[in-house]
Amino acid sequence: MENYIDFQNVSFTYQSDNQSPKVLKDFNLQVKKGEFLAILGHNGCGKSTVAKLCNAIELPTNGKIYVDGIDTCDEDKLYDIRQRVGVVLQNPDNQIVATIVEDDVAFGPENLGVEPSEIRRRVDEALKCVSMYDFRFFEPHKLSGGQKQRVAIAGIIAMKPECIVFDESTAMLDPRGRAEVMSEVLKLNKELGITVIFITHYMDEAVNADRVVVMDEGKIILNGTPKEVFVNIELLKKVGLDVPEATELSQMLINEGIELPEDILEIEELTNKLIEALEDKN
Amino acid sequence: MLSDITIGQYYKADSFVHRLDPRIKIILTIWFIVIIFLCKNFLSLALMLSLVVFSILASKVPFKTFFKSLKPIIPVILFTTILNIFYIKDGNLLFPDTFIKITDLGLATAFFMSVRIITLIMCSSLLTYTTVPTMLTDAIEKLLSPLKVFHIEVHTFAMMMTLALRFIPTLIEEIERITNAQKARGADLENGKLMQRVKAMIPILIPLFVSAFMRASELAFAMSCRCYRGGNGRTKMKQMKLSLKDIVPLLIFAVFTVGVVLVNKYFNPII
Repeated sequence: MENYIDFQNVSFTYQSDNQSPKVLKDFNLQVKKGEFLAILGHNGCGKSTVAKLCNAIELPTNGKIYVDGIDTCDEDKLYDIRQRVGVVLQNPDNQIVATIVEDDVAFGPENLGVEPSEIRRRVDEALKCVSMYDFRFFEPHKLSGGQKQRVAIAGIIAMKPECIVFDESTAMLDPRGRAEVMSEVLKLNKELGITVIFITHYMDEAVNADRVVVMDEGKIILNGTPKEVFVNIELLKKVGLDVPEATELSQMLINEGIELPEDILEIEELTNKLIEALEDKN
Repeated sequence: MLSDITIGQYYKADSFVHRLDPRIKIILTIWFIVIIFLCKNFLSLALMLSLVVFSILASKVPFKTFFKSLKPIIPVILFTTILNIFYIKDGNLLFPDTFIKITDLGLATAFFMSVRIITLIMCSSLLTYTTVPTMLTDAIEKLLSPLKVFHIEVHTFAMMMTLALRFIPTLIEEIERITNAQKARGADLENGKLMQRVKAMIPILIPLFVSAFMRASELAFAMSCRCYRGGNGRTKMKQMKLSLKDIVPLLIFAVFTVGVVLVNKYFNPII
């Protein structure tokens, strides 16, 4: 598979003078087409900056970023990049523009200058995709957090992006809203083949990803499949992150002398392995 | 409680007036206001009043709702009535032997003025009751678009209005949250003299402003992520198209206008 987003030796500072601290240092990251990548890290590690660099809201101080082969510094292609890479933010209230759900979903395609009848088709399709079609005439403030975030996702889908960056999009939601959004994200990735970059600090959400990248102080410290990453419990705790509950529990059981694989991520998996281990003993 | 807020005062119904092109409705409202000021006697005013009543009946919005919108302007009506009664000296004195100097003309003018104000309010309320706020801003954008010739950014103003409407409920929610947070810390907002209560508002207003600015910057970020670049090259999902049915009210208004002009010409004016 080809690289869809390519960070090449990227450094980034918010102030232009050279004294201010670098948010990203010699950052290299390749995202493949159709991949589900999770980026983990505690606050201020530079993960939101990665989101802003992906669609040319911010430009790298040093180094190059390519999206679908386009240099993000190329001003003429700015809107080509933003159409390809959509961003869903943390607070759904601050990204909904219109007073009616369907008008908000239409906002993106309207900006792109799409034909009215085509916009209509895309809006209906996007709302059906996130199961919000029945709410199309609602006012956004009458929806729950999870529903609002799904409307925001529909607004991005209607622009027909190839990649969507979720910048802590579940952080302000209750568990139910988180589950709603997470299932939409998986659906977009698996069924529509959209590349997903999922920035979060909930470990349990990262378990679903194809690949997990852990960041600390503007650098990648771990990079691999969820199973490869989460066995590094000590390192993860040192940079202020948790590990999935099941992984932590199985690690404690291993230390107590019970024979279990090290890379357990989900509770169900742990239960099954534990039953096997106990049956072997008897 | 907050979920009950409707933006603007739109009254949901399915009627001819609701379906009318919003641009036509705005033009008709302005037209109506102009004609109302051209009325010179009770007969022409009665013509316009009957037009409003007819439109309201066609809109299926109950009259009760209109009385509600008249309530806040009762003081204005009373004020003009009293001024007119006592300041008009022409005409015959009604009580010539007493110190009360009220003339028949004064009384008639006062009555005329208040009916005029009530008709005005009813007409403009009809516009906001039957049109969704976003449709109104879209229509204003369309109607003002000739101003682009003078390099006036009509689209920007319409966008600002839409965003303001969108954030009213969000900010009301925010005020409620901040008020509760300050009350929880022991802020006293209900008691004290006027000055004390005004001062007590400061700890609510400052966080509100800070958060409003933070919201604005995040919204701007989200909008540029969605390829927003002003009005140039932008299309609209909902197209406004004039159809044959939009001409009907124009004709009715034309007939009434001719009526008012004729009545003004052949009957004695009050003012």
